[in-house]
Amino acid sequence: MAAVTSPNQRLKISLKYLLLILVAVIFVFPIVFMVVSSFKPDLQLLRDTSSFNAFLPIGDISLDNYFAAFRRAPVGLFVFNSILVTSLTVVGSLFLCSMAAFAFVFLEFRGKEIVLSIIIATLIVPFETIAVPMLMVVNSLPWIGGNGVTWGWLNTYHVQIVPFLADALTVFLFVQFFRDLPKELVEAARLDGASWFQVYSMVIVPIAGPVFATAAILKFLAMYNQYLWPLMVTQSEQFRPVMVGLQYFFQLNTAWGEVMAYLSMITLPVLAFYIFLQRAFITSIASTGIKG
Amino acid sequence: MRPKQTKSLQSNTLAGWLMSGPALLLITLFLIVPFLLAFWFSFTNQRLISPNPTQFVGTSNFEQLLGVGTLVLQPEKAEDGSLVVSATGELSYPRVRDFTRNNPDFQHLNGMREWFGWEWGNTKILVLARDLVFMKALTNTLFFVAIVAPLQSIIALLLALMINQKLRGINVFRTVYFMPVVVSIVVVSLLWRFIYDGRSGLLNNLLQFLSFGHFQPVDWLGNPDTAMWAIIVMSIWQAVGFHMVIWLAGLQNIPLTLYEAADIEGASSWQKFRFVTWPGLRNTAVLILVVITMQAFALFSQIDVMTNGGPLDSTQTLVFQAVQRGYEQQNIAGGSAISVLLFLIVLTISLVQRYVTRER
Repeated sequence: MAAVTSPNQRLKISLKYLLLILVAVIFVFPIVFMVVSSFKPDLQLLRDTSSFNAFLPIGDISLDNYFAAFRRAPVGLFVFNSILVTSLTVVGSLFLCSMAAFAFVFLEFRGKEIVLSIIIATLIVPFETIAVPMLMVVNSLPWIGGNGVTWGWLNTYHVQIVPFLADALTVFLFVQFFRDLPKELVEAARLDGASWFQVYSMVIVPIAGPVFATAAILKFLAMYNQYLWPLMVTQSEQFRPVMVGLQYFFQLNTAWGEVMAYLSMITLPVLAFYIFLQRAFITSIASTGIKG
Repeated sequence: MRPKQTKSLQSNTLAGWLMSGPALLLITLFLIVPFLLAFWFSFTNQRLISPNPTQFVGTSNFEQLLGVGTLVLQPEKAEDGSLVVSATGELSYPRVRDFTRNNPDFQHLNGMREWFGWEWGNTKILVLARDLVFMKALTNTLFFVAIVAPLQSIIALLLALMINQKLRGINVFRTVYFMPVVVSIVVVSLLWRFIYDGRSGLLNNLLQFLSFGHFQPVDWLGNPDTAMWAIIVMSIWQAVGFHMVIWLAGLQNIPLTLYEAADIEGASSWQKFRFVTWPGLRNTAVLILVVITMQAFALFSQIDVMTNGGPLDSTQTLVFQAVQRGYEQQNIAGGSAISVLLFLIVLTISLVQRYVTRER
């Protein structure tokens, strides 16, 4: 097809690429600035913002900021906490929400319509507006753990996990997907004598890969990037995730190089993960909207 | 087959509740109960820690938030009936605080502060509010939503049209445009503080470079006239890729045969957009508008990281105030009342949107 391009068309295509690249620059420059700055000493970092040097890894380049960041805060601990909380929540919520959605779509039971519409309605409640009452709820709940029964959930891992194990959006995504599956699949398995749980785990889950990917990605982003809730419930360092760890870099004197190093460390793995799986990320977001 | 199916239908109830039970229990405990608590607290004087028992106070929290009054001021007159004019030629008016501080004739204005006003001839008409910060949070939030919802939808659509072209390497651009979506808004907000910095911020330097040094640096986040716009631009930058992808899915759902038919009819690019693309995107448009509106009402993290509601309350928002009062100031009743009002606003708007965009 390239053989028939006239000079006019070639100009048109070049202009299209020029526009695409300009827009791409707008979307990447803060991220490039972050990574490049993380290698520079503070004085140079601040001086370089006055020119295009801000985006170039030149001058006194080193990993010093990264070492300093590790000295200032227990970065490894924060990353571990974030990964633990995020992965447990993602796995748990996929299981609980898909099972609930399965029941709502394939089983007939009294009250399911009203329950489902209440769940969907809660989609319009911003989390921040119920954060404080939720703090009071978790503060008065019991927990059975290694120390027997304890009251109040503050400063634990489970206070960051359990409240997010079920949410309206995830249930909704699964319901949408399951509604399009042929009912005959379920009926055939039931006639073969499978229990409802077997139908769910052996017939439906194996063919629901795309929606599991969608729900996992959305939940992962929401959990890893959580900010207000962990700020409220983790007063002790031991349980803090990466976003709360940011505070350590603004205490006393702010060292911007260290901030940039820390931001790079908590952001680049997610970006790498995204670029590696970008097709799955994008099709998953797209699938939330197809029904309209 | 029939009888067997009715039998399996009967046994559904227990299985249904067992399978949906865990999720329902969690959603009830961590979503519905906190929501109902917020509703209840908004009618009490609940505080996080208080020596006094909680009391039911009716609607007084809402009266406190929503209390507004008007005050009409006439210019002061001298004893002979002529207007008092100051040395600079300005008329003199009675002081607002003479009306709002323990004035027995104006009990309903007690404790209010001047919100805005205008002049009608020589008469000054002032609107007073009992809770000025709340009123600013309310108007700022509505402003943010009114700008972001249409603007972000349109930019997202333009981006989607750009990356829906058949060009080599187009997927690379799609990947790049979506990238900010996966970065935490907290991280983004911190980075953009460098961009908006008043002295050596990247934006000021860029504008100076483009204007050959004629541009005067602006402290984008420190100036009440620009702070909200700065937040708006950054918020769109961060989230627009998400909605671009939803538009893209909508675009790719339009059957190619429709475009082929339009080509045969000799339609121009604009006509193809107007009569094929746009009608095919109707459902997508509704969804995107609803989603962006909801997200815009929840504006919080950017404010918390970048401005703390300032300067001069120009970036206060409802959610930020709800958290400030409920958590930072431990005034749970006041924070909850804001949450309830926000919820009622969002509910009303989503019902209106649903009505306006209903299938006819």
